[in-house]
Amino acid sequence: MTAAADLRPGLADPVLDGQAVFRTVLKALSFPGRIQPLPVALTPPPPLNPAAAAVLLALADLDAPVWLDPALDTPAVRAWLRFHAGCPIVEARWQGAFAVVPADGEMDGFATGTPEFPETSTTVIVQVAALTEDAGPTLTGPGIADTARVSAPGLAPEFWPALAANAALFPQGIDVILAAPDRIAALPRTTRITE
Amino acid sequence: MRPSDDTLAGYNFAYLDEQTKRMIRRAILKAVAIPGYQVPFAGREMPLPYGWGTGGIQVTASIIGPDDTLKVIDQGADDTTNAVSIRRFFATVADVATTEKTTEATVIQTRHRIPEKPLTEDQILVYQVPIPEPLRWMEARETETRKMHALEDYGVMHVKLYEDIAHLGRIATSYDYPVKVNGRYVMAPSPIPKFDNPKMDRMPALQLFGAGREKRIYAVPPYTRVDSLDFEDHPFEVQTWDHACALCGSTESYLDEVVIDDQGGRMYVCSDTDFCGDRQAAQAQEAAE
Repeated sequence: MTAAADLRPGLADPVLDGQAVFRTVLKALSFPGRIQPLPVALTPPPPLNPAAAAVLLALADLDAPVWLDPALDTPAVRAWLRFHAGCPIVEARWQGAFAVVPADGEMDGFATGTPEFPETSTTVIVQVAALTEDAGPTLTGPGIADTARVSAPGLAPEFWPALAANAALFPQGIDVILAAPDRIAALPRTTRITE
Repeated sequence: MRPSDDTLAGYNFAYLDEQTKRMIRRAILKAVAIPGYQVPFAGREMPLPYGWGTGGIQVTASIIGPDDTLKVIDQGADDTTNAVSIRRFFATVADVATTEKTTEATVIQTRHRIPEKPLTEDQILVYQVPIPEPLRWMEARETETRKMHALEDYGVMHVKLYEDIAHLGRIATSYDYPVKVNGRYVMAPSPIPKFDNPKMDRMPALQLFGAGREKRIYAVPPYTRVDSLDFEDHPFEVQTWDHACALCGSTESYLDEVVIDDQGGRMYVCSDTDFCGDRQAAQAQEAAE
């Protein structure tokens, strides 16, 4: 049990900071691969990084449960999310509306929705150390005028093949948010990936 | 003072409570990830009747922030009752700047038109939608239309368009003309004139659609292919006019026919008041120089 005194603060202004973080996520999903700076400062309990934490505080709640990869699942993280977001922490990866995994985390097993309700899928937040638009596979699809690129260090070798397979599931599939400590980029299921 | 402390006492910023906003925000993000698919959401009762833009208002309330500048148009005009009351609503509950200039706005809520001036990546267009389901006129059951979307079974839509050709020799649908988004989902573009359909194709701005009564949100991300349905021998085409705008002389914009007396007199004017006003101002300046 974490004592209240150990609990780190959440968003300074839950209303306006939540709106600003949401707009950043919306912009990231609207322009896949394009890096968006995080508009708020946050000090979540490690190993949760500030960008992943901000997305969860802005969007998770009692109707949107979260699944944590074992590498990130600490009592402090659980207590912090439960207190600030009020979200259930679920045991199976397919149960999460959101999931947080480390850069080399497994991308399998998340909910991909059904043909009739493709929105009942998991949004997977991948914690990375940094993000760059100068490397990575070529991205095309809605939200990308011509082509885009994005990459992060430490991604599992299966990451890009898994995402390419995910795009083939459309309209089902997961949506991915790459979260570096102070910036994010998104890879929705519509983004096609070619080397 | 922070804007959240400064708005109408007793209301949360932008009227909706935070849990509602998060629910709508999650629906919007899914809508962007699945272009053209109608995401159900738990629409709230708003302080105005269905049919007055409750869906668009809930979308706008969930995305808008203190740094935004809001423009609201109704059939292209900034000064109609619906547009004025929605603009005042957000000025009151969210304390945001409002504008009538298309170029100054970051969020544009619209009923039944797309502005004539091209939109940019930094803008979001929010449509008010009465009937989000394009297949509803052919199939009344939601369970069936949902299956048809899942199976990409859009034959009935082409039959409807074909029946127009068989009866009238041309496709008679002139507004809410069905489109296919990113080659997958058939979508109702809301009752915009088909004149505006080509503007949706690969638009740099994000387009969000909110249907309040039917409780659906859908989206077209930037730079997304939007094709108006047609046939090889009956290609899609937009309306044209034999007239120019009586006020600014434009021959490219969408014109409204206005009856001006009881002798059958009428004039044609731009439906987009900001576009028309800008052109008139430019002409007045040219004449003065």
